[in-house]
Amino acid sequence: MTKQRLRNLKESAAKAFFFTNGILAIVVLLGIFVLLLASAVPAFREIRIKEFLTSAAWDPTSPVKAEYGILSMIASTVLVTVVAVVIAFPIGLGVAAYLSDVAHWRVREIVKPIVEILAGIPSVVVGFLGIVLLGPALAKLFGKTHGLNALNGAILLAVMALPTIISISEDSLNAVPSSYSEASLALGGSRWQTLIRVKIPAALSGIIAAFMLGMGRAIGETMTVLMATGNARAFPHGLLDSVRTMTSNIAIELGEVPYYTTHYYALFAIGLVLFIMTFGVNLVADVVLRKYQEREQ
Amino acid sequence: MLYERFKKWIVAAELAMALVFTPILIGQGKKMIQIKGSDTMINLVQILAEEYMGKNPKATPIAVLGGGSGTGITALINGTTDIANHSRDLSPKETNQMWERGVKPRVFAIAVDGLSIIVNEKNPLNQLTMDQVGAIYRGDVKNWQAVGGPAQPISLYGRQSNSGTYAFLQEHVLKNKNYSPDVKEMNGNAQIIEGVAADAAAIGYAGVGYVVDKATGKPMKGLKILNIAKDAKAQGYSPTDKAAVDSGNYPISRALFQSTNGKPGADAAAFLQFILGPEGQKIVEREGFYPIGAKYIEANTKNLK
Repeated sequence: MTKQRLRNLKESAAKAFFFTNGILAIVVLLGIFVLLLASAVPAFREIRIKEFLTSAAWDPTSPVKAEYGILSMIASTVLVTVVAVVIAFPIGLGVAAYLSDVAHWRVREIVKPIVEILAGIPSVVVGFLGIVLLGPALAKLFGKTHGLNALNGAILLAVMALPTIISISEDSLNAVPSSYSEASLALGGSRWQTLIRVKIPAALSGIIAAFMLGMGRAIGETMTVLMATGNARAFPHGLLDSVRTMTSNIAIELGEVPYYTTHYYALFAIGLVLFIMTFGVNLVADVVLRKYQEREQ
Repeated sequence: MLYERFKKWIVAAELAMALVFTPILIGQGKKMIQIKGSDTMINLVQILAEEYMGKNPKATPIAVLGGGSGTGITALINGTTDIANHSRDLSPKETNQMWERGVKPRVFAIAVDGLSIIVNEKNPLNQLTMDQVGAIYRGDVKNWQAVGGPAQPISLYGRQSNSGTYAFLQEHVLKNKNYSPDVKEMNGNAQIIEGVAADAAAIGYAGVGYVVDKATGKPMKGLKILNIAKDAKAQGYSPTDKAAVDSGNYPISRALFQSTNGKPGADAAAFLQFILGPEGQKIVEREGFYPIGAKYIEANTKNLK
């Protein structure tokens, strides 16, 4: 074969390989969605969708009447996720700004790896710390008899989402061209003004991505909330109530449910709701990002 | 150029592979006896399995898993386990499902348990009636004051719906009514005990083998085991009182079961005979539970044939 033809062949092979992998990601995502949909739809033969989404009582094994309402679980997931992000975002952004703008390079060399290690702690261990350390501390702080509640779960989730938020925010802040900050400082702005008015807005797309990924981590986390939030089925009335998130519920019940019963399909329906919620969050992030980028231009 | 031509084929090939690989679930492993189910029984059966394998090194290895009685029975119905541990009777729904799937269960009672109601050691109460326990767990009674304790909201700890203990309590103490939605559903007996020991207003339930410290014979650190009376006029008995559990004076006693699909195979049958024999029953007692009585022994022998 001529050298030219060999080169062309290699080019084609490489393109084909990358194309294959790209398509694979889409195939897998579509596959998951189709599986969830196929396993969730049979549930609605017996459960009315309105009851499923608006009833706060979930008791499929009740000897009195089987109830399939997931409102309490949706509320629990939202409560725990929102509070976790409210805690993690300012701290995460603050640490990122500190590392990229203020810290001495030696401090940065030490702190950055430590943050990455924080990301590697297994969720089971974090849950265990929630039961053994954070629970009694919260109990004493609020004068309750136990600390297995939504606040406990939210704090643990914030700890788990922090490394993601910090890493990505810091990378985005560092990617802002130094000409921006130099221009701002040259025009008489203080370092604080430069950070708040120039650097952060310039890095906003990355920071929003960090926020979304952190939130995605918090919504989908199962083991930590399973161990530390008390798993009570009641509708949460406050941060100090025991809650049960959608993820914990699926983890608790999927093992015991006989295949192809209404209960089984209902659990997949919960999974579908979770999938749609995460998808929605990502969609909103995408739209916001695009609108902001348009404004930039 | 070549790439352009074959794009369509690449996509088709990937979709085909995805469709082919997904249903192929290879469920082969080394030949082992699988035992799944009750969290109440898991420690007991694990120790029985270890001692049995120690005495019979050539026997088929035994794997014991948890997941709750519901999980074990489901696994038996689905054919993913050889023996199911369960701490409650089979429900009518489960019996129907077994019928539909052609599963013919043989149930062996291997031990007797006095289901204990535990509170924190700081709680001044020593006794409750069955009705009071039922009312507390149904959520009808929300404060310790209503049953003679301090003015403190009751903090409820329980198991999850896959648990045989949960189902047993619901049937026999809650009289088949719903649990209160405020029960904190913990992931196993051990977590209930930890929770109750740390929470002054707590009430929980667990098998007697879990609440008694085997070394000292006293309740585990931080716990108090309540006496339970059949009604307000009867005498209360403790689940640690062997005579009371045997005679039925302790109102919440139950048998712990192992079930197989049809007549147990040679390996499983040998293990079951070990458990039901004198050595196994001695281990049952050592682990804090009670050995089976005459009426169960007869039924077991019949089922082994």
